[in-house]
Amino acid sequence: MRRIVLFIIAFILWLLLTWTLNWQHLLVGVIVAIFVALLFGNMFVEEPRKFFQIKRYFWFLVYIPLFLWECLKANFDVAYRVLHPKMPIKPGIVKVKTGLKSEVARTMLANSITMTPGTLSVDIDGQYLYIHWIYVRATEVEEASRMIVSKFEPLLARIFD
Amino acid sequence: MNETIGTIIIIIGVLFDAIGCIGLVKLPDVYNRLQAATKCVTLGTCGIMFGIFIYSGFTSLGIKALVAIPLIFLTSPTAAHALARGAHLFGVKLWKKSVVDRYREDKESNQND
Repeated sequence: MRRIVLFIIAFILWLLLTWTLNWQHLLVGVIVAIFVALLFGNMFVEEPRKFFQIKRYFWFLVYIPLFLWECLKANFDVAYRVLHPKMPIKPGIVKVKTGLKSEVARTMLANSITMTPGTLSVDIDGQYLYIHWIYVRATEVEEASRMIVSKFEPLLARIFD
Repeated sequence: MNETIGTIIIIIGVLFDAIGCIGLVKLPDVYNRLQAATKCVTLGTCGIMFGIFIYSGFTSLGIKALVAIPLIFLTSPTAAHALARGAHLFGVKLWKKSVVDRYREDKESNQND
């Protein structure tokens, strides 16, 4: 099951990368995708069933604009802090808590946190994430979690958990 | 028309990359520098890729550039994460005006147990 899903994804990626429908390309693509599926199938996501739940794709489409908006804000934030002559930074590492269960969801949460204004995930330890914050506004776990994690958590739970 | 829009987006991407590089030089410690490097350089590079896509449309080149965007978005934060964690485990200190370091506190309390 995992291998079939991985095969399909690898083959679609191959089609996009070559962007021709020549039968020679297709044949090589099928062979390469089979190899990839055999080699890396057991490292792939734990529950491939999730790929067939259409609802998740809908929430993913909701998530993309939010993510891009946060990413753009993050860029202007960095630009402001860098170009400001006094450099208004107050860095520190805080600890936040997440309720997400699956590994993929936590990875995506860490990535999203890295791309949002002023935060960079440093390490993850079970439920807790350590976040480097360029301008610390809350040092306690609950408040920092509310300020950093709560924007993405409900959406990511719908997509990946 | 597409070429003009594509060029403008590429220029914006390069500007973000440039800001990221200024941040890399100007900010005080590894972690702050990683912040600037990750955010600006990721969006800047993706901007360049998207500009190439607009410029050349649905051709082989454009689609390759488009496919590269999600890959960069997935790998770049992960690389920053690995670098920050490695630097901290190696013992690189935070900037002297840093406010709080929960990570070191937790590591030290684990060692004492």
